[in-house]
Amino acid sequence: MPLGKIWVFAEIAGGKPAPVALELLTKARSLAGTVEAVAFAPDAAEAATELGAHGATTLYAGTDPVWGEVLLGGPAADALAALIGEHKPDLVLFGMTYDSRDVAGRLAAKLGVPVIANGIDVSDGDGVSVHSSAFGATLNVATRFEGEAPALAIIRPKSFVAEPSGGGAAAVTQVTSPMDEKHKAARVTDRVADVAAGPKLEEAPIVISGGRGLGDPKNFELLDQLAAVLGNAAVGASRAVVDAGWVPYAMQVGQTGKTVKPAVYLAFGISGAMQHTVGMKGAKAIVAVNRDENAPIFKLADLGVVGDALKVLPALVEELQKRRS
Amino acid sequence: MKVVVCVKQIPDPNTTGQLDPTTHLLKREGVEVVLDPGDEFGVEAGLQLVEAQGGEVTVVSMGPDRGIDAVRKALAMGAAKGVLISDDALRGSDALTTARVLAAAIRREGFDLVITATESTDGYTGVVPQMIAELLDVPAVTFAKTVEVDGTTLKVKRQTEAGYDLVEAGLPAIVSVTAGVNEPRYPSLKGIMGAKSKPLDRITCGDLGLDGAGGGTAGQSITGVEPAPQRTAGSIVKDDGEGYKRIADFLAEKKVI
Repeated sequence: MPLGKIWVFAEIAGGKPAPVALELLTKARSLAGTVEAVAFAPDAAEAATELGAHGATTLYAGTDPVWGEVLLGGPAADALAALIGEHKPDLVLFGMTYDSRDVAGRLAAKLGVPVIANGIDVSDGDGVSVHSSAFGATLNVATRFEGEAPALAIIRPKSFVAEPSGGGAAAVTQVTSPMDEKHKAARVTDRVADVAAGPKLEEAPIVISGGRGLGDPKNFELLDQLAAVLGNAAVGASRAVVDAGWVPYAMQVGQTGKTVKPAVYLAFGISGAMQHTVGMKGAKAIVAVNRDENAPIFKLADLGVVGDALKVLPALVEELQKRRS
Repeated sequence: MKVVVCVKQIPDPNTTGQLDPTTHLLKREGVEVVLDPGDEFGVEAGLQLVEAQGGEVTVVSMGPDRGIDAVRKALAMGAAKGVLISDDALRGSDALTTARVLAAAIRREGFDLVITATESTDGYTGVVPQMIAELLDVPAVTFAKTVEVDGTTLKVKRQTEAGYDLVEAGLPAIVSVTAGVNEPRYPSLKGIMGAKSKPLDRITCGDLGLDGAGGGTAGQSITGVEPAPQRTAGSIVKDDGEGYKRIADFLAEKKVI
């Protein structure tokens, strides 16, 4: 199937597209002649400039205020299905985020077509293939779409680097079809942010993560101190300590958490379960400190220190302060 | 309240899964299998709801015959009834076929609330709950950190990239729960003994009116499987009390300090 048209589903917050949408647009440009975006949010039209600057020529935007009050999955799948029937894209790309996964899953069931999740690359040779990582990113699996268009793919954030195309703002086509009443029964009544100081986990050049080996939630303070002395670092965590309630979910790095690709990733007291490594193995350099010399994290580490993170951390903070002064 | 919990038996997640090089299906032979640890949170969430508000938990699973052990574990935890859909035609099914089969089985049981994990620990596509919701035409409140039912209203703290949303939806609905939503109970000896006399339906696609649901990967085929490029390990040193210096030097070398 020749790729004439690719759509990118863009989540919008505060009038800004999610970063993964710009990454997907950049990749889409290299695969198809026509690249367009679709978004449902009251302020979606404000994203037309940035989406256009990354290659979207048209933005199909649902901007009714009700889009800001409902769970996105059901109504967005309905609206997308109608738009797809009208405009016939060959491929629709989604970011691997909470809302987009909901939309893609429901859309696939509605259209009766497969959706490939966990994608890390898309190629077009003898048909569109999605390359996804399996078993904690130990295997790369290529899956080719062979049925009716559209092909649906969910791609992990940071699989591509967003690059501007030099294009102007996308032309906004308003999506005005009314939302089915049944969707208005699933409402978002409040949005709560777990605010963290310092740079965002996904954007920080240095990420410092802690796991079970820190022994106690209060020892995350040591990571905060290290982040403070480094200045451009964010603090993350393994799933084990998030599940145990030590730190908020927003700090989780891994398969079900965030994907990070910092210049340096420092793992303290993290064994390196596949769940976790999926989210950090793309770091340019990895430092690990763990008491267990057989911990799988050492297979990834550029520098591994077999020892007690609780001893290394305070000494490291002191050393860095000394070198700074 | 009638709660249906979807569960899956998977290869022990402490082992690395492998694909058969010719069929591209998951190798199941000679691998220890367990109830997906993520599903234990779903079973626990269902049990807590019916213990507080009355009703029953039915467990539904799709998989090979030995998947019965996962269903039995959920019964031993306290579920009232189990259903296993097992059919050779379903071998290698994709997410959509899985969702169609589970949705048909759930519809056959009847439900006020369906509970799933957010994703299986072995396949982790994370789209089956949403697909089931679409097929059953109900809301899917996914990635729940907490689950409450107030009358006929489902109230959930739903994970987001930034924190969480408070979401309300009318029943019937589907909720997918994250790991850590509760503390799953261990089956008691009494529970394990009692599970043996609980109703357990073993059914096929035909029983669900889904003959021809097999070949469940229509529209896609796996064309290649290869090991992902692995990082090469660097230097590993024992902390002799000066490990911190090695790290500081490394950070300087990488020009981040």
